[in-house]
Amino acid sequence: MLSRVADSIYWVSRYIERSENIARFIDVNLRLALDLPPGTGEQWEPLVLITADLPLFNQHYDVPNQANIIEFLTFDEDNPNSIARCLAASRDNARSVREAISSEVWEQLNRFYHLFRTAQFRSLVATDPYTFFSRIRQESLLFAGIVDATMSHDEGWHFARLGRQLERADKTSRMLDVKYFLLLPAVSDVGTPLDDLQWSALLRSASALEAFRKRYGRISPKRVAEFLLLDRYFPRSIRHCLLEAQDSLRILSDSSAGNFANSAEQRLGRLTSSFNYAAVSEIISSGLHQFLDSFQRDLNEAGDAIFATFFARRPDFDPGGRLWQIQAAAAQSQS
Amino acid sequence: MVARADWTATLSQFGDYETDVFYDEIFESGGGPRRGSKLLVERIEDLSEGELLRRQHAAEAALLHLGITFNVYGAEGATERIFPFDVMPRIIEAEDWKVVERGLEQRVTALNLFCDDIYHDQKIVADGVVPEEIVRSASGYMPECHGLNPPRGVWCHITGSDLVRDGDGQFYVLEDNLRCPSGVSYVLENRQILKRTLPQVFEASGVRPVEDYPSRLLEMLNWIAPPGVMSPTVAVLTPGVYNSAYFEHSFLAQQMGVELVEGRDLLVYDGFLCMRTTRGFQRVDVLYRRVADDFLDPLAFRPESLLGVPGLLDVYRAGRLGIANAPGTGVADDKVIYSFVPQIVKYYLGEDIVLPNVPTHLCWDEKERTMVLGRLDELVVKPANESGGNGILIGPHATPDMREEFARRITANPRNYIAQPMLALSRAPVIVGDHFEPRHVDLRPFVLLGEEPYVLPGGLTRVALERGSLVVSSSQGGGSKDTWVLAE
Repeated sequence: MLSRVADSIYWVSRYIERSENIARFIDVNLRLALDLPPGTGEQWEPLVLITADLPLFNQHYDVPNQANIIEFLTFDEDNPNSIARCLAASRDNARSVREAISSEVWEQLNRFYHLFRTAQFRSLVATDPYTFFSRIRQESLLFAGIVDATMSHDEGWHFARLGRQLERADKTSRMLDVKYFLLLPAVSDVGTPLDDLQWSALLRSASALEAFRKRYGRISPKRVAEFLLLDRYFPRSIRHCLLEAQDSLRILSDSSAGNFANSAEQRLGRLTSSFNYAAVSEIISSGLHQFLDSFQRDLNEAGDAIFATFFARRPDFDPGGRLWQIQAAAAQSQS
Repeated sequence: MVARADWTATLSQFGDYETDVFYDEIFESGGGPRRGSKLLVERIEDLSEGELLRRQHAAEAALLHLGITFNVYGAEGATERIFPFDVMPRIIEAEDWKVVERGLEQRVTALNLFCDDIYHDQKIVADGVVPEEIVRSASGYMPECHGLNPPRGVWCHITGSDLVRDGDGQFYVLEDNLRCPSGVSYVLENRQILKRTLPQVFEASGVRPVEDYPSRLLEMLNWIAPPGVMSPTVAVLTPGVYNSAYFEHSFLAQQMGVELVEGRDLLVYDGFLCMRTTRGFQRVDVLYRRVADDFLDPLAFRPESLLGVPGLLDVYRAGRLGIANAPGTGVADDKVIYSFVPQIVKYYLGEDIVLPNVPTHLCWDEKERTMVLGRLDELVVKPANESGGNGILIGPHATPDMREEFARRITANPRNYIAQPMLALSRAPVIVGDHFEPRHVDLRPFVLLGEEPYVLPGGLTRVALERGSLVVSSSQGGGSKDTWVLAE
């Protein structure tokens, strides 16, 4: 597969996963706002902390209230991580590799993109935000389902899966970080209905509430962290995402279990191992926030290694060196 | 104004549709539908009120969702539009098509021999049929291509000549496109949409299929692979996603199941053309290029260009690559060369031309130039090296200032201008609002030249969107229709 094509497919999938997660964050906060006892105050600012876009937000808006945050995360064309920009970026990537994805995948992206741009749909955000955000989630899930059901599970599909899983792992970690680090309840609140409410909102945000209840029953911060970090089977837990990504990477690199053929595999494999053999009590005692921070750094490094291994145009294959200079200027990694 | 015949009184859908003095593709002059169109017109009449319009809208929505769109730039940034598409098909009857088919086969065969001759011995010049000066000054003429021997002796693998019908219903060739003719993807997509839109009529009408075009194209591309390559790697070369025909490039690559590459995906390595893949370099054996000659190889053609693949022409010259269409074929797109096609056909094939040219006056010739300059108010003047309706003077519709401007241009550069009479382009009914109105149409059929020439039964019928307008080019806002060639 062409390096350029692989790169684009990876980002098509990654950007859709990103828009789905943004919709999830907003949706859960809306629900939380409804459940909160009067006077506790709504928490909207953490949503831009999750995406690390607080400075950009502050440049364009004065108050981090519901309306502004939703506008910023959903429609704002100046925010590269808004749903609008993610959808457009995903579609632009897809457009350049239409021949490499199935027609059904392309059509779904298109429908989704055009739906999002209709005034009728946009107006829902004010009148019926739950429907609005759950539709975005559904369209993204539909996209993922169509990718799985209509594309051959060959190279292209593995790059799509790689993009999806890495993005998902990243967003789950940010979600957990914000809740755990910034909203950590006062000692007196632990175990109160309010605390319970916030943790269930977090789980719901990851579609994890029901699966969590089946696994652990009662909610406790430690159990929630364990579930979202280390669960082997839940599809949005970080460990699960890493295992899936690692699987695709191994197939793409033609290497056998326990070995690595390139730096991407090495980095991702090391990261996955650290999750495979982790214990939640150790993570919490040495600081969850620090753990997540270093996880995000490692994940970014793995992403860079994937770019270098598969997508970047390799200067060592260009004896004259002329092409490399021209193309290095044109080649830029997305983020 | 032609008096309305009795039949129209009973036709609600077509209301007061008039054929006027023009040849109409669907209706007899002032009368009922043509033989091949009867069924279609009857079925459309049977639709309940608003039904046809509903289907038109459904077709437009389908095109939008399929992403068959182009960008329109306005005050509020870019918005996407579909290419205007009209669900009322254009019908060509079997006996008319036979002539078109035979004429195009003949034309393409002769033009291919012409290209080969021009880049070798130039016998046709030596024998005084085409003047040397004309060949040398044609903008698509590439001296760098001399002595090239394309695999299997084929130069123009894919041709899309533009045809028009005059008031008498006769088909004429308006221009030839041998470089990278586009539009075939719309032929295929229009057909898909129309099958959904009018399934019963389609089934009952005996329409010849167009769906096998991608497999025939692939077969031809495989056929021109360098000798000894058992299962060739074929790639479509596109200028990139911002090119207006990008949809077509990716569509064809997808339909054929081959790679779509840009210049930056390719390089010449160790004497072969290679593409950069996630697993290193992979050899490419056949390139279906959709970029202009100039942008193929900066070393050979355009040193300042960053597009293209340095050294590509050397690989080609060494016989390690097939390219469709071969570089240099643009020489035959020149409208002065075009005017010699009847002689070219006679010279190589010893036959009279089947599909006539539109009568063409060459401003290069002094006598003709004087005549053209005296009749600018009745003629259509075209630059010899432009396509898509650019830089044309439509004499009868032009202001005196514009005519004067063209007179200056012609005098300054007579080689670059030709003049043709104003044609009464044929018309076809198009849905406008809630009723039908006549619009002028042309036809771009597609011809593949492999072991045998193959003419796709159909083609892109382009429609002028404004009443009375003669401009059908999609770059100038024209729309399109599905073209039904009847089996009998």
